[in-house]
Amino acid sequence: MQIYLPIADLPVNVFLVLAMGVAVGFISGMFGVGGGFLMTPLLIFIGVQPAVAVASVSTHVAASSCSGAIAYWRRKSLDSTLALTLLAGGVVGTGCGVALFTLLRALDQLDLVIGLSYVTLLSVVGLMMIGESVRAIGRSRRGERAELRRPGSHAWFHGLPFKLRFKRSKVYVSAIPVLVIGFIIGFIGAIMGIGGGFLLVPMLIYLVRVPTATVIGTSMVLTFITMLSATVLHAVTNHLVDAVLALILMIGGVIGAQFGAHAGQRIRGEWLRLLLGLLVLSVGLRFAVELVLQPDDLYSIRYTDGAP
Amino acid sequence: MTGRSTKRAVVAALFTAGLFCTARVANAERLVASLTNHRVLITSSYAGEELVLFGSVEREASSVPRRGPYDIVATISGPRVSLRTRRKSRVLGIWVNTAARTFVDPPSYLAVLTSRPLDDIADAESQRRLQLGIANTRFPEKINNDIGEVSNDPFRTALIRLMRARGLYTEQSNAATFLTPTLFRAGIPLPAQVPVGSYDVDIKLFADGNMIARTEQAFEIVKVGFEQFVVDASREHSVLYGCATAMMAIATGWIASVTFRRE
Repeated sequence: MQIYLPIADLPVNVFLVLAMGVAVGFISGMFGVGGGFLMTPLLIFIGVQPAVAVASVSTHVAASSCSGAIAYWRRKSLDSTLALTLLAGGVVGTGCGVALFTLLRALDQLDLVIGLSYVTLLSVVGLMMIGESVRAIGRSRRGERAELRRPGSHAWFHGLPFKLRFKRSKVYVSAIPVLVIGFIIGFIGAIMGIGGGFLLVPMLIYLVRVPTATVIGTSMVLTFITMLSATVLHAVTNHLVDAVLALILMIGGVIGAQFGAHAGQRIRGEWLRLLLGLLVLSVGLRFAVELVLQPDDLYSIRYTDGAP
Repeated sequence: MTGRSTKRAVVAALFTAGLFCTARVANAERLVASLTNHRVLITSSYAGEELVLFGSVEREASSVPRRGPYDIVATISGPRVSLRTRRKSRVLGIWVNTAARTFVDPPSYLAVLTSRPLDDIADAESQRRLQLGIANTRFPEKINNDIGEVSNDPFRTALIRLMRARGLYTEQSNAATFLTPTLFRAGIPLPAQVPVGSYDVDIKLFADGNMIARTEQAFEIVKVGFEQFVVDASREHSVLYGCATAMMAIATGWIASVTFRRE
């Protein structure tokens, strides 16, 4: 069944887009990530303009992280103070990211920067996740107990001023690293069109030492708010949000996420992290191949006045 | 001085007479054409369609019949856009856009439908003069705040090739067919991703290598109903549209969490 997308100016098969929503939703539910880093390249692959893809995916991610955030809020496993502090940094980061986005687009280098940042970021994060989870799997094979939180270990930034007490996460750290993390996530999200959940979760765990119990819920809330504001921002500035596309994606997404979350509970944490690491790495490698191999066509065209 | 101006006047007179003659020849045939539809509606089920151009050649009874057959060249051009063609080259092992050209107002859609290959219809000189075919269409470029045409430009070739690959530029030498010696039809292929706006159809009639009549038609491609409503809302009430989309996301998320709640 074909349907014409009014903003993307493109007819698509409803079931194909719905299936993409379900598939990405399954993965996002399973790993607790937004899935923007998978959905944006998929949409570009079926012919949606990159700008429309980024804008509409933000709506889709807002919807899927909304249901996730509600679920975690019910279980009281989210830290609102932490989320608000991250958000303060995130807003500034998003603003800077959007400004750079506009500048790069004018210089014809946006595709390159998006490609390079996907490659570096996804490869590094993917490799780190794989390494960490393989070590964890090895430890559990040898029958050792999983690494416990070491309250005594402090990095240099734990000595910074403006300490805040994040009650629910049971951490007492300076607001500065938290704000910086928020800034980085907002900045990267604006340029790459991703929620940044897969970056935020390890950063909070390894740098701020937020316990796993509250980290995913908090990340979901942050993703939800940033993606919601991204939707409004994209709609107001560039008129690029395709509501029809977003609706099909989010319906598929929320359904897929439920099954994904169910499947995720049956897999052990370290195996889950290994799988996510492999997934993230493979997306990164795909972008690397695109940059290194000679493209089929050296030329490309871009409409400079936005439409059609 | 006076001698030269007399000569000029004579040349001008001869030229006018020549023009008059060709005009009389051109008047021997009249070209009448129309389209099956002057408004193509893009609805939610739109997936491309074919618009039919049809027409007939009306010959004055008194005029001498022509030896050769008639030929039709129909040029359909879509709304003008602004395009940038970019070229990649390898820098430090990766492929980067290193050069670009901006084309000023090229058509977003261009179809040249003819009854025979262009070279059989008119000679190269007339093809150039009348801008017959994609190769002879002008694509002015922006060159350092100036606008000009570059011959044999690889960027221009790439633009045409890429637009052809998208189905937006097309040249078909058998698309216009004569059903009788004077009655013709041509199918205008409109692909799914055709841009909305007004389209011009320029129909030229040829015989024995000369253009003998010309007529114009126009049609528009518009979005209607829900599609138009969404586009209007996103352009004119963008804040409201953005908030509505955001509310839609919240509602979907909330409904999902209620529906799938397991406790």
